[in-house]
Amino acid sequence: MTVRAYLFLAPFLAIFATFVIAPAVFGLGISVTNWSPFRARTAFVGLKNYIALFTPGSLQATQFWTAMRATGLFVVISVPLLLVIPLAVAALLNSRVRAATFFRTIFFAPYVLGVAVIGLVWGYILDTQQGILNHILRLFGLDRDIPWTVNTPWVWVSLVGVTVWWTMGLNTVIFLAGMKGISAELYEAAAIDGAGTWRSFRQVTVPGLRSVTLFVTTTTILASSNMFGQSYLLTQGGPGDETRTAIMYIADQGLSQNNMPGATAMSYVLFLILAIISVVNFRLQRDRGEESKS
Amino acid sequence: MSVKSTGMVRPLPATVALYVALGILTLIILAPLAWMLLTSFKTDAGAIQQPYGLPDPWSIDAYTSLTGGQTPVFRWLLNSFAAASLQTVLILVTASMGAYALARLDFAGKRIIFGLVIVMLLVPPVIFLIPNYLIVEELGWLDTIAALTVPGAAGSFGIFFLRQFFINLPREIEEAARIDGAGEIRVFLQIVLPLVRPALATLAVISFLNNWNDFLWPVYVLLSPEHMTLQPGLSMLQGAYRTHFSIVMAGAAVASIPVLIIFAIAQRQIVESVTGAAVKG
Repeated sequence: MTVRAYLFLAPFLAIFATFVIAPAVFGLGISVTNWSPFRARTAFVGLKNYIALFTPGSLQATQFWTAMRATGLFVVISVPLLLVIPLAVAALLNSRVRAATFFRTIFFAPYVLGVAVIGLVWGYILDTQQGILNHILRLFGLDRDIPWTVNTPWVWVSLVGVTVWWTMGLNTVIFLAGMKGISAELYEAAAIDGAGTWRSFRQVTVPGLRSVTLFVTTTTILASSNMFGQSYLLTQGGPGDETRTAIMYIADQGLSQNNMPGATAMSYVLFLILAIISVVNFRLQRDRGEESKS
Repeated sequence: MSVKSTGMVRPLPATVALYVALGILTLIILAPLAWMLLTSFKTDAGAIQQPYGLPDPWSIDAYTSLTGGQTPVFRWLLNSFAAASLQTVLILVTASMGAYALARLDFAGKRIIFGLVIVMLLVPPVIFLIPNYLIVEELGWLDTIAALTVPGAAGSFGIFFLRQFFINLPREIEEAARIDGAGEIRVFLQIVLPLVRPALATLAVISFLNNWNDFLWPVYVLLSPEHMTLQPGLSMLQGAYRTHFSIVMAGAAVASIPVLIIFAIAQRQIVESVTGAAVKG
């Protein structure tokens, strides 16, 4: 039985060991060395690459935490919008709407396009001189061009806005599927109690979506903290390093600047922070769930 | 369409407001795509001189300039389809076989392997980026389709996802087949797999979309124009034709129209796949 089982597992284990287990261990290994493609001998340096990230004033630490700030800022602005807007849109689609499937299809469509198309199309729309957005705003009486992809704070408005446009549909369809799972009897009971649309949304829909909301919050935080393509394509990390995200900096250090030990150390620090956020988020939502039950 | 009865008739102003809101949202979603298409049919000069109107004259120059040279967008489209399909097949084969063993067979080391699968499910992809680049480089896979498909197929989502479906199948099904003398491979292929076909379809859709949309990895592992897929290729296109907006928009249109058509045809399955994995998984 064991031999047969391993024959079934062999193809998966072969790639899993090579591209998941090995790199996880290997990455930790690189992060405690001074490994470089240009160095003949590699030495063990202990936690030096990690300590460098927590040494105030060092270039590496400054750049890394600037990038972490960009990622953090993006998460803090984008996640609430990517929860509230899809929830509202899903609620609209879940009320008695003709052609709800048609609207759902339209709203989800941008998500299948991929970030490169999004970057090209929105790069043009947001272009300071040629872009249609500034043209439309001028028609409405704005007398200057807004540097959407060039200056703060507009770069953040653009990155978050484009991300909402692109991925809003994903969270919308997930919320909508969750709403379909809420029993109609609960809504009828609320209506008999005299609840209007808003109260039945607050008292039936929101509690009924608790586990779906936990899932959407978790995946959206992770997706936003992995943000790369939007910055890479729309703002190139600028102005200065303002919108260069953690992933962008790690990839650049590790794959373009040949600072693999530093970059792997950064990826483990990022991992640790994400793990802490996930646990805190999970606890908070669970506690809130228990509170409302009692 | 499921209609929630709240026992009340919606007043007319609310109905109007609802459809106005949905209409505005539809416009916000579609207008950028419409502008992309319109611009792609302008001449190079036309896009600069009349950026906001209809094409005058209509022209397919932008598309013909994408057929070769340093920015072969149609080739990238094929490469993207090839990579996404190959990775999807690889995931379906390895994950279904592995999940079958984890769910239906007893063997030494099962708990350790399943434990590793779960732990790795929680590790964010950034951890693998640099070491996997070095591994792929060592294997001589840089700038090949292997780099685009194999490492990405090694994640543990697929095996974890399918295991849940396999584990819920009743034992009697395979036992009856085994009594009839069917070998393990026949039980797997002819009896177990057909029963989880919807789960396989869901995994296929998710795997295809993930590979199709992946950006960071192909930007770094692909080098030559003819091996590019759409995502890194389009970002090169943007650099090569910075102010030639009709060409850039034609590239974006070539990249989006096939997927939008597939999505329009299979939207129910696609939406159910991404929500099914979320709501049930």
